[in-house]
Amino acid sequence: MDILEYSAVELSAAIKDGKVTASEAMEAVLARIDEKEKDINAYVTIDREQALKAAAAVQGKIERGELTGSLAGVPVAIKDNMCTEGMLTTCSSKILENFVPTFSAEAVINLEKEGAVIIGKTNMDEFAMGSTTETSAYGVTRNPWNTAHVPGGSSGGSAAAVAAGECFFALGSDTGGSIRQPASFCGVVGLKPTYGTVSRYGLIAYGSSLDQIGPLTKNVSDCAAVLELIASHDTKDSTSVKREDTDFTSALAADVKGMKIGIPKDYFGEGLDAEVRDAVLAAAKVLEEKGAVVEEFDLSLVEYAIPTYYTIAAAEASSNLERFDGVKYGYRTMEYDGLHNMYKKTRSEGFGAEVKRRIMLGSFVLSSGYYDAYYLKALKVKAMINKAFDEAFAKYDLILGPVAPTTAPRLGESLSDPLKMYLGDIYTISVNLAGLPGISLPCGKDSKGLPIGLQLIADRFQEKKLIQTAYTYEKIRGDFKTEE
Amino acid sequence: MAKQYETVIGLEVHVELATKTKIFCGCSTAFGGAPNTHTCPVCTGMPGSLPVLNKQVVNYAVAVGLATNCTITQYCKFDRKNYFYPDNPQNYQISQLYLPICRNGHVDIETAAGKKSVGIHEIHMEEDAGKLIHDEWEDCSLVDYNRSGVPLIEIVSEPDMRSAEEVIAYLEKLRMIIQYLGASDCKLNEGSMRADVNLSVREVGAEEFGTRTEMKNLNSFRAITHAIEGERERQIDLLEAGQQVVQETRRWDDAKEYSYAMRSKEDAQDYRYFPDPDLVPVYISDEWLAQIRESQPEFREEKMERYKKEFDIPEYDIGIITDSKHMADLFEETVAICNQPKKVSNWLMGETLRLLKEKSMDPEDIIFSPENLAKLIHLVDSKAVNSTVAKEVFEVMFAENIDPEKYVEEKGLNTVNDEGALRKTIEEVIQANPQSVEDYRNGKEKAIGFLVGQTMKAMKGKADPASVNRILKELL
Repeated sequence: MDILEYSAVELSAAIKDGKVTASEAMEAVLARIDEKEKDINAYVTIDREQALKAAAAVQGKIERGELTGSLAGVPVAIKDNMCTEGMLTTCSSKILENFVPTFSAEAVINLEKEGAVIIGKTNMDEFAMGSTTETSAYGVTRNPWNTAHVPGGSSGGSAAAVAAGECFFALGSDTGGSIRQPASFCGVVGLKPTYGTVSRYGLIAYGSSLDQIGPLTKNVSDCAAVLELIASHDTKDSTSVKREDTDFTSALAADVKGMKIGIPKDYFGEGLDAEVRDAVLAAAKVLEEKGAVVEEFDLSLVEYAIPTYYTIAAAEASSNLERFDGVKYGYRTMEYDGLHNMYKKTRSEGFGAEVKRRIMLGSFVLSSGYYDAYYLKALKVKAMINKAFDEAFAKYDLILGPVAPTTAPRLGESLSDPLKMYLGDIYTISVNLAGLPGISLPCGKDSKGLPIGLQLIADRFQEKKLIQTAYTYEKIRGDFKTEE
Repeated sequence: MAKQYETVIGLEVHVELATKTKIFCGCSTAFGGAPNTHTCPVCTGMPGSLPVLNKQVVNYAVAVGLATNCTITQYCKFDRKNYFYPDNPQNYQISQLYLPICRNGHVDIETAAGKKSVGIHEIHMEEDAGKLIHDEWEDCSLVDYNRSGVPLIEIVSEPDMRSAEEVIAYLEKLRMIIQYLGASDCKLNEGSMRADVNLSVREVGAEEFGTRTEMKNLNSFRAITHAIEGERERQIDLLEAGQQVVQETRRWDDAKEYSYAMRSKEDAQDYRYFPDPDLVPVYISDEWLAQIRESQPEFREEKMERYKKEFDIPEYDIGIITDSKHMADLFEETVAICNQPKKVSNWLMGETLRLLKEKSMDPEDIIFSPENLAKLIHLVDSKAVNSTVAKEVFEVMFAENIDPEKYVEEKGLNTVNDEGALRKTIEEVIQANPQSVEDYRNGKEKAIGFLVGQTMKAMKGKADPASVNRILKELL
C-alpha cells in the first residue's frame, strides 16, 4: 500500500507494527510536496532537514516503546498562526516575515509530545482574516481539486495540504469558520471544538473570544484522535476549560438511532446554492434512514450573526494586532522620521488590505461615542444568539446544515467584494459566537466536481455527538477520495 | 475687594503592589536587575502569549479597599486601554474601567483646619509599563521591560481636598494604611507610590467646579506641596487676567520648580477601552471576601490605643513608633522577648532615629532584628557593657545586624569587673595627675570628671563608670 494512502491513525499503527518507518513516511510526504507544491502552495515554511531529523528521533522512540500514542510518527502541518519554537511563524503577513518564536503553542507541544512530526507551516489568510487564503503575503493557495479555485480560508493551506496528501493531518484555527469552510471546499474533515477545549496559548490571536484550534484530517477517526491529543486544560490560558470527557475516539461508533437532529429552515433560504442544498439534505436523509430523528425548525437571528461577528472579531483584532509595531520583532520600515512615523510606515507597509480594513472597523466600533452603539450592542446580540442555540439544544442533539452557501469560488472572485465574502460565513459564524463545537465533512460534489461540505453543530462540550454522527455518515458514504 | 479663591483638588494615586511575581505572569517584581532579565513572553508582549491573573493582586486590592471603606465589586473585569508607546509591549495596558474592584470609599484625615473625610471614587487594578532609556550617545531609545507587568492599584479620590496640607495628610494616611497591610512600601522617591494632582480653583461660594489641570511627575511631598501652590497661583492669575484655564496635563519639573503643559484635552487619546477577552471575570465570593476581611491587620489608630494601655511610654513615642509598621513590629517583637517597653522605646526613639536621619533612611529600611536589640538591652542591664560601648555596638548592629553578644565577645568589649585591676589603674591615674587630684581636694568637684575620663581611656572604655566613680572617691 502506498504510504500516502494511509490515514493518520493507520499510518501510526503501521509504523508501530514495523511495516513502515516514521522516516519513510516523512520522505513520502516530502516527495509529495515536491510534486504538488508548485501548483498548490499550501506551505509558507517547510523545514525538511528538521522534519527528517525529528522523524528519525521519533522512530527510535517508537522502537524503544517510549512513544505509543495514536499519532506517533505521523507527519503533521501546522497553520502559520501557531507559534513553533525555532521555526518561522508569519501569520502569512509581511509584518512577521522574520519572526521566530521562542516557544511553541500548547497544542503543538501536545502533538509533539505524542510523537507527531512537524513538516512545516501552512499558508493562511493574513492573520486568519479572510475566507479564501488569498490575503496571504506569501501567495495564494490553490484548491487541489481544481487549481483555478480557492481552497477556502483562513486555514486554506492546512485544508489543501491534507487534501493533496502533502501531510497526514493538519492543525487549523477557526474564528468564524476558518477550519470548517476550507475543510468543506477541499473535501476533508474539519472540527472546531467547544471554546476553551484546546489551549490558545501560542496561537497568535485574531478574535480572542472566538478563536479555537482544531484538526483538519482525512476522515472522522483521525479527527477524533487528533482532538483527543490537542485538547488539554492549560493554566497558561485563562479561558481554558478543564474537561474530563476528552476521550473523543470512544465516540467512534456507527449508530445514530434516536439522535435528534434539527435542520434550521433559516439555513436553507436565499443565497444557498441548489447543488449544495440538495447534497446536504440528502445527507440528512441518510442519517434519518439510519434511525436519527430529523426535523426542521426556526433557529432565528441568523441574519444578525454576520454584523455581530464582524463587530466583535474586528474590535478584538484591532487591539490584538497593536503589538505589531516594528519595535520588538517582525518587520520595521526602512526609513522613518521619529516614533510615530515609524509606527505608521511599518504598519502601513506590513499589513495587507483586509487586515487594515478590519483594524479600522474594529477601532471604529470601539471608539468613544460608538462603543455602546456597536460593540455593546453586538455583545447583546451575541447573548441572544446564545439563547437561541440553548433553546434549540433543549430540543435537539445536533443541528445539521451546510458549511457555506457555495462550493469553492474561483480565484480572484471574492476579494473584489468583501461584503459578499463576509456573507459566505453565514452558516459558520454563529457557532463561534456561541462557543459551540462544529464539524465539517464531505457529503458530495457539485457539477464542477468540487466538494460539498456537511456541517453538524452540537451544544457546548458535546463533540462526541458530532463525532459519532459524522462517523456514522462517513461509514455509509464510503471513501471520499482526495482526488478524482 | 480682591476675589477670594478656593482650591479644589482630587488625586490619582498609583501604588506598586508588593507581590513576589507580576500581575499576569510568573516573573519577579524585584526592583533593579539587569535590563530585561525579569521578563518572559507574556510581559514582553510576544505574539501568542496570554495573561493569567495573580490572585495575590486581588487580595491586596480588596484589602486596601476594605481599609478605605470601599464597596467591593465582587464581579469585576479587566479592560484593555489601547495606546501606542514602546514602554507598553502590547500597545494596550490591561486595566479596569467598567467594573473596578473597589468603589465609594473614604478615609478620614486631620489637619490644622480640622477633621474631614476624603471620598474615594474607585480603586482599580492594572499593570505597570516598562521603562524607556534614551541613549544620548547613540541617539536611540532602549526599553527595559523588567517593570512591565508589575501590579499596580490606582486609587482615585473625589475632588474633596482644598489645600496642600490636606493632600499631604490624605497621602500619609493612604501610605500608612497600605504599609500596615504590607501591600506596598509606598516610596514616592522610588516610584512605588505616585500621585497625580487634579486641581482647579473657583471663587469661594461658587457651586460649579472650575476647569482642572492634571499634574504629573511629583516625586516627593515637597514637590506636591510646591506644585499645588504654584498651580493655584497660575490658575488664579489667568482668571484675574480674564483668561481661561485650559484643561491639560502638566508635568512638574522638580529642579526648576515649575510645571509645563504636556498635552491638552484636544490631544487626548481615545483609549478604546473594552473588556479583555483573554481574561475571565474575577468573581470574589463571600467566603473569599470574609477571608480577606478576617486577615486585616491592626491599623495605626487601634495600635496607638493599645500601646497607651499596654505600655508605659510617652504618647509622643507611641506616635513615632506606630508611624511605621516596620518600627511598630520591631518594637512589639523586641518587647515580647525582653519585656522592657521603656528601654526598647528609648533605643528606637534615640539611636535608631538619629542614625536613620544621619543616613537618610526610612524606618522601613531598618535591618536589625528584634532578637539582637533584645540581646543588646540585656548586655546593658547585666552591666556586661557600659552605655558608651552599647552605643558603639548598636551602630554596628544597625548597619549589619550583628549579634551583639558575639560581637562584644569577639572584640573583647566586656566591662572589666575585676575590682583589683580597676583599683590598680585608678591608683596609676591618681599618681599621674597630681594637679587634678589637688583641684578636687580643694573643692573643685568637676576635676573628678577628668580623672574618670583618664581611667576610662586607660581601660579602653571597658570599665563600668559607676564603679570608677566609687573607687576614685574612695581613694581620694
